[in-house]
Amino acid sequence: MLDKNLSQKIAFWTFRFLGLFVIGILLWILGFVVYNGIGVISFEFLFEAPRNGMVEGGIFPAIIGTFCLIVGSMVVAFPLGVMSAIYTNEYVREGKISKAIRTMTNNLGSIPSIIFGLFGMALFVNTMSWGDSIIAGSFTLGLLTLPLVIRTTEESLKMVPDSLRNGSYALGATKLQTIRRVVLPMAFPNIVTGLILSIGRVSGETAPILFTVAAYFLPKLPTSIFDQVMALPYHLYVISTSGTNLEAARPMAYGTALVLITLVLIINFSASLLRKHFGKKIGV
Amino acid sequence: MRWWIEKVIEKIFAISGFATTIVILLMVVFLFREGFGLFRSPVVEKGFALCVNASNPVEHIGSSTIKKVFNGVVKDWSEFSSFNEKIVLFRCEDPDKCGDMSKRYSEEELGSDYEHLAEKLGEVIAETPGIFAFVHEEFLPKNIKGVRILEENKIAVDDFFFGLEWIPTSTPAPQFGVLPLILGTLLVSLVAILIATPLGLGVAIYLSELSKDRLRNILKPAIELLAGIPSVVYGFFGLVVLVPMIQRAFNLPVGQTALTGSIVLAIMALPTIITVAEDAMRSTPRPMREASLALGATHWQTIYKVIIPYASSGISAAVVLGIGRAIGETMVALMVTGNAGIIPKTLLTPVRTIPATIAAELGEAPVGGVHYQALFVLGCVLFLITLTISIAAELISKRHHNKGL
Repeated sequence: MLDKNLSQKIAFWTFRFLGLFVIGILLWILGFVVYNGIGVISFEFLFEAPRNGMVEGGIFPAIIGTFCLIVGSMVVAFPLGVMSAIYTNEYVREGKISKAIRTMTNNLGSIPSIIFGLFGMALFVNTMSWGDSIIAGSFTLGLLTLPLVIRTTEESLKMVPDSLRNGSYALGATKLQTIRRVVLPMAFPNIVTGLILSIGRVSGETAPILFTVAAYFLPKLPTSIFDQVMALPYHLYVISTSGTNLEAARPMAYGTALVLITLVLIINFSASLLRKHFGKKIGV
Repeated sequence: MRWWIEKVIEKIFAISGFATTIVILLMVVFLFREGFGLFRSPVVEKGFALCVNASNPVEHIGSSTIKKVFNGVVKDWSEFSSFNEKIVLFRCEDPDKCGDMSKRYSEEELGSDYEHLAEKLGEVIAETPGIFAFVHEEFLPKNIKGVRILEENKIAVDDFFFGLEWIPTSTPAPQFGVLPLILGTLLVSLVAILIATPLGLGVAIYLSELSKDRLRNILKPAIELLAGIPSVVYGFFGLVVLVPMIQRAFNLPVGQTALTGSIVLAIMALPTIITVAEDAMRSTPRPMREASLALGATHWQTIYKVIIPYASSGISAAVVLGIGRAIGETMVALMVTGNAGIIPKTLLTPVRTIPATIAAELGEAPVGGVHYQALFVLGCVLFLITLTISIAAELISKRHHNKGL
């Protein structure tokens, strides 16, 4: 039998080592992309189309494409998600129905993104015959991120104290008036935080856009919502696996990875800053 | 009027309230609708048919058997049916390459435009009892005595679920066996979780029990941020760094193996496991810790006798969720596992997972074709697997809530 103090020492040093090891790995990945990518970033890289078999030029069309998809998917997911959360949180009494809705939302959230790709292709691209287009991709991504929007909105609605609702009713306001004038304004900053989180999720997804919108190479910018676009994550996948000259395309891949990571980290970071700020402000 | 508007808006809210339910139902409907035709499609390639002699009683020939016959592995009908005769193979894909027809018959007999080819083909089949002919639809010997066309030879459910090979481009019969894909998916994700769980738990213990508050307040949000890094970036990292590393370390022909995939998936799953496990450990009530310490237990004894058991259901929910996510992860599997549709024997061979197969092949499969349908059935399989896992995770975390405290 080991002395209990000795075994504590051994265990704790193991955990310290593990902690440093894992954090080291995560930092290594981050550092690897930043170190290799930083030299590639230039004005030309950010604002020009790829040239010469995608080994030269920039990634401007992919940046614009990702931007279009972010806006499109939020137009789909935001109103739907917020209304859904209002319904479950404000209209339905806690019980079987609200539990069932929540279970379904969780289940939808756990479905792999490639299934959304299949579904989007079957419904939006083929059945609705929208073809590979921004609108098909936006609907697919929007449905993918819907559970996240609903969950964060519900949390923000829950943070609004019931006393405020009751005060509003006592003044003779109807349910809808209470929601519009009291609950939503109070919850709004946190709802926006959830929205930003969903944007972070959407901008990095590759699998759902493979067959619904993403173009392999398309230097032309989109002119309507029925156009195909390039997108950052798909572009990274393409130039790192299936170009004609993989070695020559490596610098472009590092640059794209860095832009993608920076975008996602900035989005998530601002969401967590906002949450900290407004979480304190409501203070319930 | 006001009241009326309120009612209408409430109805709109109600409809969107059920949006997620509707989406899941639609998903089930569409996956099944697009995929279900697979089991009504013929086993052989489109535009071709199989013919046998009328004395041959064979009813169903699975796609893997057809492949074995045409590769010369199976040489006798008795090996898979009650018919006792040697197999005589006959392939007729176009008039110039139609078995030995051009030797048996003169050009006049076959017709200048091969208009009599089908008829003569029928004669050959009728007089050869052991024949197994793979014929283009154009020259199919229809309504000829002594010839039986296997029209009812559809892709069977067990061909699909217990087939040992996934080769959609194989001729004459494409091989849609999902077993290697299911095994590949489970292997990669289970090994990933086996790697990630101890590491993640260790870090969670470090963060919740050992690190100073100031360090923890930096590390925890940093780890949460890392959970948001897109999977394609992890895949890229695996491809550029880990693949050559594994190749050199084990002296392999290719570095894209099941192990590579598992390691990258494990790294990806770490932030989630760390965050959830750490939250579960920190939710241990203070009196429980203090009681343990007051009884003379060391900090470490308190951790593994009190805190870990208390947090166990939270931790196991995190692990189950991690498995679910690893199973569904597409881009990493696509980029670093090597995509070979065979049953994996060791961790150092290339494997192919279900999501990677869908992602790699859907773009090339013609819409509505057999291959397209097979990929949608794969989607159904993946859907069912992940749904089961998510329900399991829910049940586990419910047990956690019921524990009270």
